[in-house]
Amino acid sequence: MTDHVSSNWTVSTRTRGSSLSMLLVLAAVILAFATPLIASRAVIQDLFFILTMLVLAQCWNLLAGYAGLVSVGQQVFVGFGAYAMFAGVSLLGMDPMAAIVLGGLAALALSVPTAFFVFRLQGAYFAIGTWVIAEVVRLALAQWKALGGGTGTSLPSGATRDMFGVRFVADLLGVRGPQATDIVCYWLALLLAVAAIGSIYKLLRSRQGLGLAAVRDNREAARSIGVDPLWTRSFVYLVAALATGLTGALIYVQKARISPDAAFSVPDWTAYVIFIVVIGGIGTIEGPIVGVIVFYILRNLLADYGSWYLLILGLIGILIMLLAPRGLWGLFTDRTGIQLFPVRRILADRTKTKDDRGSD
Amino acid sequence: MALLEIHGLTAFYGDFQALFGIDMSLNEGETVAVIGANGAGKSTLLRSISGLIRNAPGHIRFDGGEIGALSAPDVVQLGIAMVPEGRRLFPSLSVEENLLIGKYGRSSNGAWTLDAVYDLFPVLKERRHNPGMSLSGGQQQMVAIGRGLMSNPRVLLCDEVSLGLAPVVVRDIYSAFPKIRATGASIVIIEQDIGQALKVADRVYCMMEGRVTLTGTPAALSREDIHAAYFGAHRR
Amino acid sequence: MSWLDTIVQGIMLGGLYALFAAGLSLVFGIMRLVNLAHGDLIVLAAFLILLLITALGLNPFLAAFVALPVMFALGWALQYVVLNRTLGDDILPPLLVTFGLSVVIQNGLLEGFSADSRRISAGMLETASLQIGPVSIGTMPLLTFASAVGVIVALNLLFYRTSLGRAFRATSDDSATAGLMGIRAERIFATATGLAMMVVTIAALYLGTRANFDPTMGPARLIYAFEAVIIGGLGSFWGTLAGGIIIGVAQTAGAAINPEWQILAGHIAFLLVLIVRPRGLFPRAVD
Repeated sequence: MTDHVSSNWTVSTRTRGSSLSMLLVLAAVILAFATPLIASRAVIQDLFFILTMLVLAQCWNLLAGYAGLVSVGQQVFVGFGAYAMFAGVSLLGMDPMAAIVLGGLAALALSVPTAFFVFRLQGAYFAIGTWVIAEVVRLALAQWKALGGGTGTSLPSGATRDMFGVRFVADLLGVRGPQATDIVCYWLALLLAVAAIGSIYKLLRSRQGLGLAAVRDNREAARSIGVDPLWTRSFVYLVAALATGLTGALIYVQKARISPDAAFSVPDWTAYVIFIVVIGGIGTIEGPIVGVIVFYILRNLLADYGSWYLLILGLIGILIMLLAPRGLWGLFTDRTGIQLFPVRRILADRTKTKDDRGSD
Repeated sequence: MALLEIHGLTAFYGDFQALFGIDMSLNEGETVAVIGANGAGKSTLLRSISGLIRNAPGHIRFDGGEIGALSAPDVVQLGIAMVPEGRRLFPSLSVEENLLIGKYGRSSNGAWTLDAVYDLFPVLKERRHNPGMSLSGGQQQMVAIGRGLMSNPRVLLCDEVSLGLAPVVVRDIYSAFPKIRATGASIVIIEQDIGQALKVADRVYCMMEGRVTLTGTPAALSREDIHAAYFGAHRR
Repeated sequence: MSWLDTIVQGIMLGGLYALFAAGLSLVFGIMRLVNLAHGDLIVLAAFLILLLITALGLNPFLAAFVALPVMFALGWALQYVVLNRTLGDDILPPLLVTFGLSVVIQNGLLEGFSADSRRISAGMLETASLQIGPVSIGTMPLLTFASAVGVIVALNLLFYRTSLGRAFRATSDDSATAGLMGIRAERIFATATGLAMMVVTIAALYLGTRANFDPTMGPARLIYAFEAVIIGGLGSFWGTLAGGIIIGVAQTAGAAINPEWQILAGHIAFLLVLIVRPRGLFPRAVD
């Protein structure tokens, strides 16, 4: 993470605050792994929901906040990954855990031709283009009778119970099958979240990440220094599709029941995700984390109020976008200068004491 | 009292200071030229007057009223029209439509009607329905000037009319200025073509690096004075 | 099943989609703003018309007429107060704010009117039909198509023959220099959105009389509108009509083969045009 610019100057992304926060994050992750030992099934399910939404939010944030690609059609990868998983289990007899990987790969495969279409469009056109693609895939899959057509289907009974690791967990922790399934899914979600956030952080601190920021800020200038906008953006689009597909497959292993309208639902997989990122703070890794926590709290507060919940979420999103475009985390960072996952490059003079300026 | 009075005008682009306390005046019926090298601040001055740049109040007075903080549409309504640098015609509009849009914000009666503009620049009449941008550079400049005149302004601001044009064309355009003066308009022109500027102006201001370095009538200023003020051989 | 019949029905349907699209095209042409809430605003207008009918006992056409100034004011205010703040170089704010608006409108309508399907009754006109040559065309679809043509003629006249239209085009080209002409961009944009809302009201009338509508129908209308605009090409109102017709014909042809394929057929036609002509069939403006 340090590039040598000249003998006296180095470029790095590490700040003193960030080294401390890395330790905290590590501690939190270890704690999270141990949670099923003490928490109830309901808590595990809630945490599963939070973690999967977090991954979806990080992916959308990577696309929109870093690559400048505003997609309102990511639900296509959620649904397609989920359906591929279902096909793997129901039609090919695969273990659900292996089928999750299949789901991710299927989403990745789908993203190649869709990228071909949508990258012909810019800005708002791009956004709605992604939506149209999602609709097309949804309508097409609704014709697939083997997986329930328009009304959907369930996983074969016992498929999740027989998933790799579930029996082991059930015996180890003394819980019943369905709860053991939830716990295994939770650990997978935790793994996915850590891997996704870790990969995104690594990407942004790498040369590709710097290129990405350049493309987002000024495509022509980026091209003039040798950064290829199309390749950079395609790469990000494909990676996001893979992660989103894996997440979709995992979500539907836990649900065990699928239908086209649910798997490709715009509110569930796009509206909520967008609000999480916008309210938390677009363009930062910390933002979606803050956003998902706020989202969870609001959901619990307003659970009984039906459409008011989405309405209020929408209003908050609009207000934040107009008044505090960098979201809640952006407000916090502007005030305090604290960054947990710093990705800005800091130029430090090596001849002086090691860089102890914390912020940009 | 002068029609347009500027006292101590400063202007910034972010942290960069472009104007350092400009004093200038324009009397009714006068033509004033502002000359200076690139980056001297001439355009910034005109953009401040026309409202494209909004300044702190108290430094620009027009007809006795304070206008420094007004927006461009407000300034147009008071009777100040600008012919912007680079012409800036509207690509979606024809020649005639470009002219007509000039009186959108201030439809006051006066000498400048569509026909009057066509009399001033006959070549435009033949091409009235062509897209504005399909004309040559010199013709586009004529459209831009005509567009400014359509609002029958009391003050016409012309930003670098000669920019990018061949000397023959520039002469053609400037030959129309006496007719514009004859209708009573007061004019401020910005020019890098010193010769042309001295020919049409009643008074001249020379600017360098955001300050006025010289002012006077063309007759009273020698070539050496102007060169010094323009290029900064002697600072004030 | 007569193919001629199918095509004619498709053209009539295209008129409805052109009405959906015309308002979107107007706003996008002037300020490069795609309002993701556009479809929901159509549904909102339909509910407004319904409200006026039940509250004042008006017939649907009169109710729509009354709704026109209301929707104009709503659009004007929306643009002036909220959407003008989102305009600029960054593409995120307008997309995200209008997305939020879409969610707010949908859920507001759900709270106010419940998720039940509604219908605006046009009485005798609904079942009346005209015989033109070998085909029989319903009166309402014909009226819809005629209204679409009328709206597009009116928009073209406005844009290319009036002082306001000149101001629209100039502001769209260069809003700073338009300011030098005395044009206040914030008000021009607000007027444009207000006008777009009037077109939306007309579209809502025909939407509501043609089929059932409910608060969640907005996004689908947005997609059809959007597809029509893209197929037609930026800056061309007649192109928008052509785009609407292509989607309409594709949908009815698909439905004739298999009713489940109706919507999919429309999307596929859109994608096909996009492959062949990424800038649309009749692009006029410079992007």
